[in-house]
Amino acid sequence: MTRTSFLCMSVAASALFVNAAFADTELTVYTAVEAEDLARYAATFNEDHPDIKINWVRDSTGVITAKLLAEKNNPQADVVWGLAATSLLVLKTEDMLAPYGAEGLDKLSASFRDSDTPPSWVGMDAWVAAVCYNTVEGEKLGLTAPASWMDLTKPEYAGHVVMPNPASSGTGFLDVSSWLQIFGEEKGWEYMDGLHQNVAAYTHSGSKPCKMAASGETVIGISFAFRGAKSKAEGAPIDIIIPSEGVGWDMEATAIIAGTANEEAAKTLLDWSITPKAMEMYNVGYAVVGIPGIAKPVDYFPEGITDAMIDNDFEWAANNRSQILEEWAKRYDTKSEPKG
Amino acid sequence: MSDATLPAGRAVKLKLDRDGAIKRAFMAVIALYLIVALALPLYAMLSKSFVTYSFDLARYEFQVSDEAGNFGPPQTAAAINAELGVFDADDLRSSSDGRLAATAFFPDFSFRSPVKYRIRGTGPDAPYLVGLDLQNTTEWKEFDGNTFRRINLRPVKSVGVQNYSEYFSNPALFSSIQNSVFIAVISTVLTVVAAFGFAYSLNRSLMRFKGFFKLVAMMPILVPSLLPGIALIYLFGNQGMLKSLMMGHSIYGPIGIVIGSVFFTFPHALIIISTALSIADQRQYEAAESLRASRWRTFWTVTIPGARYGLISAAFVTFTLVITDFGLPKVIGGQYNVLAIDIYKQVIGQQNFEMGAVVSVVLLIPAVLAFIVDRQVQKKQVSLLSARSVPFQPKPNKTFEALCLMWCGVMAVFILGLILVCQFAALVQFWPYDLSLSLKNYDFNRTDGGGWDAYTNSIQLALMTAVFGTLIVFTGAYMVEKIDGFKTGRGMFQFLAMLPMAVPGMVLGLAYIFFFNDPANPLNAIYGTMTILVVSTVTHFYTVGHLTALTALKQIDAEFEPVASSLRQPFYRLFARVTVPVCLPAILDISIYLFVNAMTTVSAVVFLYSTHTTLASVAVLNMDDAGDIAPAAAMGMMIFYTNAGARLLHMLASRRILRRTQSWRGR
Repeated sequence: MTRTSFLCMSVAASALFVNAAFADTELTVYTAVEAEDLARYAATFNEDHPDIKINWVRDSTGVITAKLLAEKNNPQADVVWGLAATSLLVLKTEDMLAPYGAEGLDKLSASFRDSDTPPSWVGMDAWVAAVCYNTVEGEKLGLTAPASWMDLTKPEYAGHVVMPNPASSGTGFLDVSSWLQIFGEEKGWEYMDGLHQNVAAYTHSGSKPCKMAASGETVIGISFAFRGAKSKAEGAPIDIIIPSEGVGWDMEATAIIAGTANEEAAKTLLDWSITPKAMEMYNVGYAVVGIPGIAKPVDYFPEGITDAMIDNDFEWAANNRSQILEEWAKRYDTKSEPKG
Repeated sequence: MSDATLPAGRAVKLKLDRDGAIKRAFMAVIALYLIVALALPLYAMLSKSFVTYSFDLARYEFQVSDEAGNFGPPQTAAAINAELGVFDADDLRSSSDGRLAATAFFPDFSFRSPVKYRIRGTGPDAPYLVGLDLQNTTEWKEFDGNTFRRINLRPVKSVGVQNYSEYFSNPALFSSIQNSVFIAVISTVLTVVAAFGFAYSLNRSLMRFKGFFKLVAMMPILVPSLLPGIALIYLFGNQGMLKSLMMGHSIYGPIGIVIGSVFFTFPHALIIISTALSIADQRQYEAAESLRASRWRTFWTVTIPGARYGLISAAFVTFTLVITDFGLPKVIGGQYNVLAIDIYKQVIGQQNFEMGAVVSVVLLIPAVLAFIVDRQVQKKQVSLLSARSVPFQPKPNKTFEALCLMWCGVMAVFILGLILVCQFAALVQFWPYDLSLSLKNYDFNRTDGGGWDAYTNSIQLALMTAVFGTLIVFTGAYMVEKIDGFKTGRGMFQFLAMLPMAVPGMVLGLAYIFFFNDPANPLNAIYGTMTILVVSTVTHFYTVGHLTALTALKQIDAEFEPVASSLRQPFYRLFARVTVPVCLPAILDISIYLFVNAMTTVSAVVFLYSTHTTLASVAVLNMDDAGDIAPAAAMGMMIFYTNAGARLLHMLASRRILRRTQSWRGR
C-alpha cells in the first residue's frame, strides 16, 4: 500500500463520514457519464444541496439501459442523470419515466427537452462522434489520416480500426444510426459492410476505441470527441478527426424514474441539472450544452464540430433501435474468427 | 396353518431421540438454504428460457374511415393479416423490445390522405405505442394519417420453445458452442500435460527447490482469471514487449484464451494430479525393474495407470473451468465468441434475458456432463495404498533431475512472468509512450469500477463469505455425515451439495436475477445488497468446501457418537469439544478457500453487484472494458497481494492453532 493510496482511502473514508453526518436523503442515480467526472458532478451539486447524497451506478449506456429495463417492475434507481436521450426514449415507451416540469425549462434549447408537457426528460449536453487517429503509429505504418467516414473503408486501414459495439455502447449506436441517416438505409449497411472488413475489434464501451488509439493498441478508434480531447490532454499522440460527411450525436439527458420513493430530492436534482451552473459544469468536457450561449470552447476539442452535427431523428432511432441492432448482430456478430 | 395368522404387531420404527431430531432440524435448515439459493433460482431460470415474445394480432382492432370521415366496420389485425397475408408466424415472433408498424396492415396507407384510423385493444393486455407514448386500453382512439404512421404494436409474453429453435438456427450463436468446446479441449490437453510434468517432478524426483516451485505454482489461484489476459496484452498485444514472438498472429482470440486458460487452471489440475502421484507403491516399481521393463514401459504400465483417475479428474475440472470462464475471453477474446461471452452479451448488451437464459441452459450441459463423468470415475477409484504398501522412494538421477528442473522452471517463469508484467504495467505512466514509473494508475476513484470502495467491499465480501460459508458448509457436512438413518434425506442433501460444482457462476448469477429480482418474492429485499453477493459466492463454491469437510469428518471414528450418547452427553457438546477441534485444519482450509475465491470471482457476481457493493474483481473487468487497462492491472495486483497476505496469515494461524489442538496426532 502506498502513501497516495492510503491518502485516497482516508479521504474516501472521511468523505463517507461527512456524508453520513449531513446527508438527509440518498438518491440512487444511474448514469453513463465518464467515471472520472462523477465525483466532480456530485461535489458541484452538493455545493448547493449538501443534504442530498448521490449514489452513482455507472456503466456503459447499453448496460445501464439494460439494467433499467430489467428492473422495470421493481425499479432500483431514483433518477437517471446522464444517459443517452435515445435510451431515455426507450424507457419512455415502457412508461418508466415520471414527467416533471423542471424549473428553468424555458431557458433550454427546444431540442434539449422532451416535446411533451410536462417533459419526461431534460437534456444536459450533446456528445459527438469523432475519430481518434494515432499519428505516431500511423506514421510507422505509412498510413495517411482519414478525412471522412468513407475513407475508413480504404483497404490500407485493414485491421487498424476499432469501433464500439452498438448493442452495448451508446456511442456505437449513434455511429450506426447516424450512418443510416447520412447514407440512407441501403447505402448505410453497404458502408458498414465495407467498414467491417477493416475493423479489428468491436469493443464493449464507447471510450475504449479512443483509449486504444491513444495507447497505440490500434491506429484508428471510432469514439467521441470529448474522450479524444481528454486523451490528447493526457499526452496521447492522437488527432481528433471530424469526418466530412457530418457526425452523429446524442444528448445526455436526465429523468426521474417513475415510482421513486424520494420524489422531492429527485425533483431538486432535476431542477439543478438544468441550471446555468450545471451547464458550465458540463461544459468542461462537452462543447455543446443545453442552454444556448453558455458554452465556452473546450481544450483540444476539434473546431467546427457543432456545424458537423447531423440533424438527428431521435424518435426514429429509438423506435428502430431493436431492429437496427438485430440487423447489425446478424451481419457482423457472426465474425467469430479473429483478424490475423 | 394359513388361518392362524398372528395379530398385526406394532410397526417397528426407529425411535427418534432429541439429538436426532435437532440434527435433522439443522440439516433441514441447511437443505432449505441450498434449495432457496440454488434449486429455486435454477428453476426460475429454466422457466424463463421458455418465455417468448410475439405480436398477438387478435388483441388489436382497427377501424378505417373513408375520405369523408365515415368509419367502416371494425376488424381485428388478425383478420386483416389472414386476408392480406402480410406476416407469417415467423415474422410475428419478437423480443421483449420488438415493434410492429400498424401501417403494415393498410397497403394503401398514405399519411397525406384525409383517411382516419381508429385502434383499440380487444382485451386487457394490448400494448401499442403512439410515437413514444405507451397505450394499453380497450377504448377506441382516433388518429389522422400523419399520427397513425407513428403507431407501433408491442409484443406480448407467451410460453414456448421458440427461443431454443431460434438459438440453434442462429449460426453465430451456434458457432460459439464449437468455439467453446475447441478452446476447452486444447486448454485441457495443454494444462494436464504441463501439470503432470510439474507434479511428476515434485513427487517422483529429487529435484531441488521443490518448496519454491510449489509456492509459485499456487499463485494463479490468487488472481482473477482476467489478469493473465491483461498481462498477455502487455506482452503480445499490438504494442506488446514480445510482439515479434507472435509471428504476425494476433493474441486477441483463441491463442490468448488458451494461454491464459493454461495459466489460471494450472494449479487446479496440479493439486489433483499431485495427489494422485503422491501415492505410489515402491513394490510395483521393484517388480517392474526385476522384470527388466524399460523405464519408458514402466512409466506407461505402472505410473500412468496408477494416476489415471487423477488425470481424468484433472482433465474434467480443467475442461469445466475453461468452458465456463468468462473473464478471460472478455479481456483477450477479441471477436472470438464463446458461450460464456454470449450470455454476457445477450443479457448486458442486448437486454435479451430470455436468450441469456437459453445460452445458460446450453452452457449447463457440458458442465453437468463433465461433472457426472467425473463422479463416476471417482467412484471407481480404489485405494492404491494397502497396509502392505511400501512408499515410493525416488532414486537420484542427475539427467532426470535436470529435466524436471527445466520443466518446472519453464512453468515458474511463465507464471511469475505474467504476474510481474502486470505489476510493471500497473506502475507505468502512459504505456507505451511514457515509461516513467508512477502511482497514477492506483488512483481508482478516477476510473470505472467503483474506486477504492470496490476494494474494501471485496474484502468485506471475502470475510463474510469465509465466516458464514464455513459455518454453513461445515454444519451441513456434519449433519449429513453423523446423522443416523434417514437415508433418502441424506442422499438428497448430498445431491444438493454436489450440484453447485456443475453450475457455472454466470448461470447462477443470472438465475439469481430471475429469482430474487421478482417483486413477488419475499426475499426480494436482498437484491442489490451485500447479502445476495455472499449467498451467491457461498453457493457457487459450496461443493469443494463440503467435500473437504466430509473428508475430515470421515476421519473421526463413528464410535464417538454412541459413546457420547451413552455418557448422556448431548451431541452439541461432542461437536464443540471433539469434532470441531479435530477438524480445525479442514475448517481453516475451507475458510481460506472461500476467502480467496470470493476475492477473485467475477462470474458469480457480475450480474448482481450494485452501487454500494461494487467489487474489486468486477472493477478489473469494468476498467478493462472502458479501456483503462493499466488501472485494471493495478487493481488485479491489489487482489493478488491481499490474497497472498490472507494465505500467509492463514498459514501462521493454522501453524499456531494446530500446535495447540492437534498435538494428539503426534502421539
